[in-house]
Amino acid sequence: MTRHILLKNARLLDPDTNMDQTGDLLIKDGIIADIGENIKAPKDAEIIECGGHCLCPGLIDMRVFIGVPGADYKDTIQNTGEAAAAGGITTVCVQPDTSPIIDNHAAVIYLESRAKNALVNFIPFPAATKQLQGTEMTEIGLMSKSGIKAFTDCNKSIADASLMMRILKYASAFDALIIQHLAEPSLSKGCMNAGELATRLGLPGIPTSAEVIMLERDLRLLQNLNARYHASQITCADSAEIIKSAKAKGVKITASVSIPHIALNELAVAEYKTFAKVSPPLRGESDRLAMVMALKDGTADVIVSGHDPEDSESKRVPFEYAETGTIGLETLLIIALELYHNGTIELLPLLRKMTCNPAKILGLKSGVLQKGAPADLCLFDLRTAKRIDKNKMVSITKNTPFDGKPIQGQVLRTFAGGREIFSYHN
Amino acid sequence: MPFAHKHLLGIEGLKEHEITQTLDLADTYASSNRTSQKKKNILEGKTQINLFYENSTRTRMSFEIAGKRLGADVTNMTSSGSSIKKGETLLDTALTLNAMHPDILVVRHGSAGAVQLLSQKMNCPVLNAGDGQHEHPTQALLDALTIRRRKGRITRLTVAICGDVLHSRVARSNIHLLGIMGARIRLIAPPTLLPSGVDKMGCEIFHDMHEGLKGCDVVMMLRLQTERMNVGYFPSISEYFTLYGLDYDKLSMAKEDAMIMHPGPMNRGVEIDAAVADDIEKSAIQEQVEMGVAVRMACLDLLTQADRGDES
Repeated sequence: MTRHILLKNARLLDPDTNMDQTGDLLIKDGIIADIGENIKAPKDAEIIECGGHCLCPGLIDMRVFIGVPGADYKDTIQNTGEAAAAGGITTVCVQPDTSPIIDNHAAVIYLESRAKNALVNFIPFPAATKQLQGTEMTEIGLMSKSGIKAFTDCNKSIADASLMMRILKYASAFDALIIQHLAEPSLSKGCMNAGELATRLGLPGIPTSAEVIMLERDLRLLQNLNARYHASQITCADSAEIIKSAKAKGVKITASVSIPHIALNELAVAEYKTFAKVSPPLRGESDRLAMVMALKDGTADVIVSGHDPEDSESKRVPFEYAETGTIGLETLLIIALELYHNGTIELLPLLRKMTCNPAKILGLKSGVLQKGAPADLCLFDLRTAKRIDKNKMVSITKNTPFDGKPIQGQVLRTFAGGREIFSYHN
Repeated sequence: MPFAHKHLLGIEGLKEHEITQTLDLADTYASSNRTSQKKKNILEGKTQINLFYENSTRTRMSFEIAGKRLGADVTNMTSSGSSIKKGETLLDTALTLNAMHPDILVVRHGSAGAVQLLSQKMNCPVLNAGDGQHEHPTQALLDALTIRRRKGRITRLTVAICGDVLHSRVARSNIHLLGIMGARIRLIAPPTLLPSGVDKMGCEIFHDMHEGLKGCDVVMMLRLQTERMNVGYFPSISEYFTLYGLDYDKLSMAKEDAMIMHPGPMNRGVEIDAAVADDIEKSAIQEQVEMGVAVRMACLDLLTQADRGDES
């Protein structure tokens, strides 16, 4: 049965074409059937009055850890979907660090079958090396042929230079994207940013050079290769500078920044606050500002949440032993909007980092507000001011570093494939 | 004046007058400890638990003697290595101990911040007896008392802290304390044994020991942790001793009346020459141990005052 939904009187935002105008959007059979002013409602249409609020493509989050399979107590496919929907996210890119690890075709199929009826799109990012061990490459070709777009060892660097070179070469035959976590292992044995604060806290530090060395090495390996490479979660000014000049030379590199590295600096872990312990670690204020600038000037293409549910058992321990990671699906958009509200980045360029940019990098049809695209949509109120309350969050685990933070913005409705998967009730 | 802190988790954050207050009180205990009337009753009926997750002989003994001299019932709980590294058991232990209603808890733990984490679950005052590479506040206080008794003051003295600063909680606590009390602090170590950013903590940095010891009033040696030996912080023990071990030749650069300190246990022939360590004219090492008991008595006294309703 054909099903129509007409969204009326919305501020239509398409970051891909720079459209920003008031109008209507018609959904038919899960597809955006029409966009424009005064669209006539088909007879059977459900009409939703949008009250002039912002309607943008559903967000695509390129870095999401889930508990399925292996750790269902942290979250479930259903719970991840609900949290994503509440954050305006319609596509989550699943990191392979599950139990068992997603490093082969069967594991991909298993995850896809578990997620078939999920609220949002689950895109698996399988491991680039078997068992995330960094010694043998996974079946990149077979998995690419079955539609996999990107491979990553998620929270581990592919440290062996000769293996990395072979992976980049091999993946280039399938146009597969290799996503690298930037951390030279021998320099990454600490648990927070190296420097005065780490010294005061008596904690071993990880210098920014751990990230920069890996990035520079990979760029050297990329020379004369036609490989596609994504620098995941850059954190420091030097990395931004290096990527900027590589892009200027035409290297096929894209980069992402995560919400914690935009919104927080290392002071968030003072007093041993494990809820702000992330990998790579939070850096100093000048590096945080450099990440904001990297987003503004286009050096960083993507904003990710880095969503990583950890229960309090894994966090309420001495800092060194605490797991890294914060939940982030529900706060991706509203925290990113800070950059708009404080006048740093215009709304459309900001949304681009979470919609059409990741869509292009991954070759997805979504991420745009255009006729014929999937009706993955996010309706949000740009103005509502409130405080983040972790107890009102959907995620099973509550490891957010943003509890109590004042924010402006509220997701009102989320649609995935034309189905309403979230609506806000005050 | 009552002590303004519920717990003593570190020196950082203390004020000059609080340190002076503690040292003054410790001074009186140091005197009474030398008499035959050592035993007090101010902690009579109070329960003190010493919870040591890391091996320790002198610190644990020192806290035990301090507690007993004040009349407390002292219980020691030590945990053998592996089972305690899991954090869950740390908070579970805290809840268990809290249910036994101790009046003061003394904790040593191998991880920075662990004592602070534990203190959040305890109703009684918690005293940090060393947490990872973070702080060891009573060591810094006993060092300060030893200096003050020998030199009459701390302010404007030049104090050199020498050796493995990187892995040392003693060094961190001393840097805080000496800074608060107005001493001039020098750190002397190979660059590989200095933590990053330490130059921003009000210290002068030296890599040449002769240079660094020039004109010093106090030479504080740190214990070189022998387990660091094989991981490339320096090439060999003999090179380390030659360049950074305290011997009479290097010591001659310091002031004539310079005093030598060491938190113990010493590695003779590694960071300190045996003859220098035993030089009763210059070495204050035995006195440090003595002041340790007095300082810990003062800390136990101050931290339990609120509970005792005593503002003496």
